[in-house]
Amino acid sequence: MSERAFYIDYSRCIGCQSCVQACAECDTHRGVSLIHLETIQRRESVQTAPQVCMQCEDPICARVCPADAIKKTADGVVQSSLKPRCIGCSNCVLSCPFGVPKYQVEIDQMMKCDMCYDRTSVDKKPMCATVCPSQALTFATAEEIQRTRRGVAINRWKFGNEEVTTKVFVIVPREVERVNVELVQISPTPSALAPDPYDVALMLESVE
Amino acid sequence: MNTQDQEQGCAGCKVKATPKWRQDFPIEWEGDHYVTRREMVKFLTLGSLLLAAANWATVVASKLLHRGSHLERNIGPAASLQQSGSSMLFRYPTDTDPCIAVRTPEGKLVAYSQVCTHLSCAVVYDKAENGLFCPCHHGLFNLAGQPIAGPPTRPLPRVQLEQRGDQLFAVGMEVV
Repeated sequence: MSERAFYIDYSRCIGCQSCVQACAECDTHRGVSLIHLETIQRRESVQTAPQVCMQCEDPICARVCPADAIKKTADGVVQSSLKPRCIGCSNCVLSCPFGVPKYQVEIDQMMKCDMCYDRTSVDKKPMCATVCPSQALTFATAEEIQRTRRGVAINRWKFGNEEVTTKVFVIVPREVERVNVELVQISPTPSALAPDPYDVALMLESVE
Repeated sequence: MNTQDQEQGCAGCKVKATPKWRQDFPIEWEGDHYVTRREMVKFLTLGSLLLAAANWATVVASKLLHRGSHLERNIGPAASLQQSGSSMLFRYPTDTDPCIAVRTPEGKLVAYSQVCTHLSCAVVYDKAENGLFCPCHHGLFNLAGQPIAGPPTRPLPRVQLEQRGDQLFAVGMEVV
């Protein structure tokens, strides 16, 4: 039997908010819920979708962190920001394609879902998956998912030109191989603009 | 990100190896916790040096603080200490440092700091024991300033006296 992984089946979500409550009851961040329960086209539909951290293989939130505060463990879980390092700049909040990190104003720190690392690292289910009544959030083996779900589990995404592979799977119709998200262009891309001579990222890249 | 997409999406940019600054700030937890041998040796060396320097600084500061004194100060008429077994209190080198002068039964004039080296109570002359007695914890010093009973383990600082005419002068303090 393979190792257990986190699966999201958006179509099963009934919007009951159980995951939101369970997340807030987690001991590592008591009182603060780090899961997002999104409404989809509220005017037309009652459909909701839970969003936990997808645990990207190449976490953009950690890449853009100027304070080196977001770390990924050896088993691929991207941790919440380190309290002594986080400067509350919200770079990660803006960069995450899934919109997962949350900036907590009261403590001036970013907090994000870490897949209940205290639980999942000892092979327990994350808090949200333990309570989800429709199993839209599941912590299970690939075999169990194959046996019980109609769709197929994938972990590849494409946001505009950026391809992202995640540790968390989503269940999609069988014909889908990758979730493609088209971006709405609201301003010119940086490559169309004149290079900024004071761009710190460019300066760093030129350092040998 | 695969190469094809990268070429499509970012025509101008080159595929680069991990830059040096990124190696210093790794995203991986174990990389962040990794301590190189050089860093470890540097830490140990600098730590040891700092510890040694702190020790030397303590020694130097202690020597500077306990230099003794070479002030001269009139402490009173010699007549008040003529009788053997008599004692007199005075202050030396400053008004906040109590001292005691004793005429020993042998007729010698000695003086010590009155501050007990155990817990800083004031010692007094005890005729019966022929020594300086500390009433707080029953410490006793002989008239050479050495501790002979009770908790104190260090001798009393000795005050050097000089008789000039009929006046007594304290002229120095030795710290042992």
